[in-house]
Amino acid sequence: MKTASTKTKVLTANRLTDGIAVWLGANGEWTTSLKEAFLARHDDAVAAIEAAGQQALDDNRVVDVNVIEVEETEAGPRPFRLRERIRSDGPTIDYAPAFTAGVSHAA
Amino acid sequence: MYRYDEFDHAFVAARVSQFRDQVERRLTGEISEDAFKPLRLMNGVYLQLHAYMLRVAVPYGTLDSRQMRKLAHIARTYDRGYGHFTTRQNIQYNWPKLSDIPAILEELAEVEMHAIQTSGNCIRNVTADHFAGAAADEVADPRPYAEILRQWSSVHPEFSFLPRKFKIAVTAAERDRAAIQTHDIGLQLKKNDQGELGFAVWIGGGQGRTPILAKKVRDFLPEADLLSYVTAIMRVYNLHGRRDNKYKARIKILVHETGVEQLSAEIEAEWQHLKDGELKLPEADIAAINAYFEPPKLAPRAEGWGELAAWKKSDPGFADWVGRNVAPHRHPDYAMVTISLKPIGGIPGDASAAQMDAVARLAEEFAHDEIRVTHEQNLVLPHVALADLEPLYRALLADGLATANAGLITDIIACPGLDYCALANARSIPVAQEISNRFGDPARQAEIGDLKIKISGCINACGHHHVGHIGILGVEKKGAELYQISLGGSGDENASIGQITGRGFEPHQITDAIETIVDTYLAQRSSTEETFIECYRRIGADPFKAALYSSEAEAA
Repeated sequence: MKTASTKTKVLTANRLTDGIAVWLGANGEWTTSLKEAFLARHDDAVAAIEAAGQQALDDNRVVDVNVIEVEETEAGPRPFRLRERIRSDGPTIDYAPAFTAGVSHAA
Repeated sequence: MYRYDEFDHAFVAARVSQFRDQVERRLTGEISEDAFKPLRLMNGVYLQLHAYMLRVAVPYGTLDSRQMRKLAHIARTYDRGYGHFTTRQNIQYNWPKLSDIPAILEELAEVEMHAIQTSGNCIRNVTADHFAGAAADEVADPRPYAEILRQWSSVHPEFSFLPRKFKIAVTAAERDRAAIQTHDIGLQLKKNDQGELGFAVWIGGGQGRTPILAKKVRDFLPEADLLSYVTAIMRVYNLHGRRDNKYKARIKILVHETGVEQLSAEIEAEWQHLKDGELKLPEADIAAINAYFEPPKLAPRAEGWGELAAWKKSDPGFADWVGRNVAPHRHPDYAMVTISLKPIGGIPGDASAAQMDAVARLAEEFAHDEIRVTHEQNLVLPHVALADLEPLYRALLADGLATANAGLITDIIACPGLDYCALANARSIPVAQEISNRFGDPARQAEIGDLKIKISGCINACGHHHVGHIGILGVEKKGAELYQISLGGSGDENASIGQITGRGFEPHQITDAIETIVDTYLAQRSSTEETFIECYRRIGADPFKAALYSSEAEAA
């Protein structure tokens, strides 16, 4: 079993302008999809994303910056905590039929 | 209802302009998040899991159709087409952009609304009986006093940085529909033997992690002394309330640790300096505020009596709805209508923009343009002629707003929980939905009768679980959701705090556990007349605990 320090980590935050949950991608940009998040698999990588998070906070691009632990699955990274899974996937309820219908229509 | 005067308009406009500037400076990076956070909170803006959340004040839960249409417009234009009505009679939007919020506030100001003091350690939106101004059992309309408190408390310089948030509720009937005993200050408007108006004053109630019922400190405070006495309470709290520990900072802890007798004495001593000063309410001012709340002129509509009987006979669905959601008005030809925001399997308190527009239209057509938001997350049309009930029902039905479940097991209060809230430990809404679906059959609900289920997704108790007949508290245990059940709580005039049954239940077990409790009640009740809470108070927790945990004991 992996120890806590070797668990894969990703950097997450909320975008300043609209508060939408975002993750730091491999290209250094913030993405709204956890699947595109950069996976920090060792201490140096974790230190790098922490530094990137502090920089983005200082640059007023994001707020509420956190490093979270994920499990690497075939479907992509899966956060250990339910809270973080809900941040990634959205509310677990059919919360806005009009809105979601509009989205699927557009897609 | 109250209309803004020039001062109100200027005050709210100035606040919008101030916040617009603050947001602009935040977006350009001129001010940091640490500096901005208290500013946004003072304007009702939170950061939740997925987005910002804006909480808009609905003073004492009273709206007109123009305001409701604006709320719908905001939902449609700036959010995802819906809003969530809360236990503080407010509305929350779950997806506004920070960059849009100044525009939203400007739109709200156009209809005399704002988001001031919907967060922060200040005096929050003053709540009132949602049947105020229409109920047969009230001594007078409590809302003018709520409005006086609102004006006095808005950006009150002395009370803008209290040890913790502060909630006031006002009712004017013996039957407490405003849950005054769970408030920091609860006020019951009443008349003395001389027919004069005054207040029974309760202090130190609250829920959260330490639920405590309020203590009565005054049986009859003359109405003219309302502001001076409340100021005295606030001063004593502001001075002695704990600021070292946020979990012990509410006035309930001060009352509990100091003792109500000593604290009352301190309040009385403070009041002696204040009672004959500028805070004494002049009769003319009380009359001026009361004039805003002049009830609508209700013409006799006696034809409704016969029509109602005939409609009920021909349509059982309508009869069920009248039986549950329609209450007597003080005018015999009229009724107070509860519009349930608890469709079976739906999200408690949510309303789509289309539904808000529909309620606005129906309030104009059938209800003298008055709408109320209830602390139980429903809406009310307080003045509907009996003769208009049937067309109103048809229209509500078309918009999914005619669920006949007011006060029944599916009329559940639930906080947003972990689906939205940054503080939550567990989800509330899916639990409410599963219970609602399980018990959604109308005949089964009717058989069970009055039963209040209240669900919170964390110990802060926004879902009022402590005062649910059945309360459900979601916690996180070993990374998973777990739900504790409490029984016997009540938020009315016979207020009580529920008692935890025992170990918690996993998400897939919680609805079965609720069913076990309900079945135990049905088996134990002395007659169909004995409600769940009456039965619980008679037989106690043991039969319920035995039913909940017996299989576990047998297995062990």
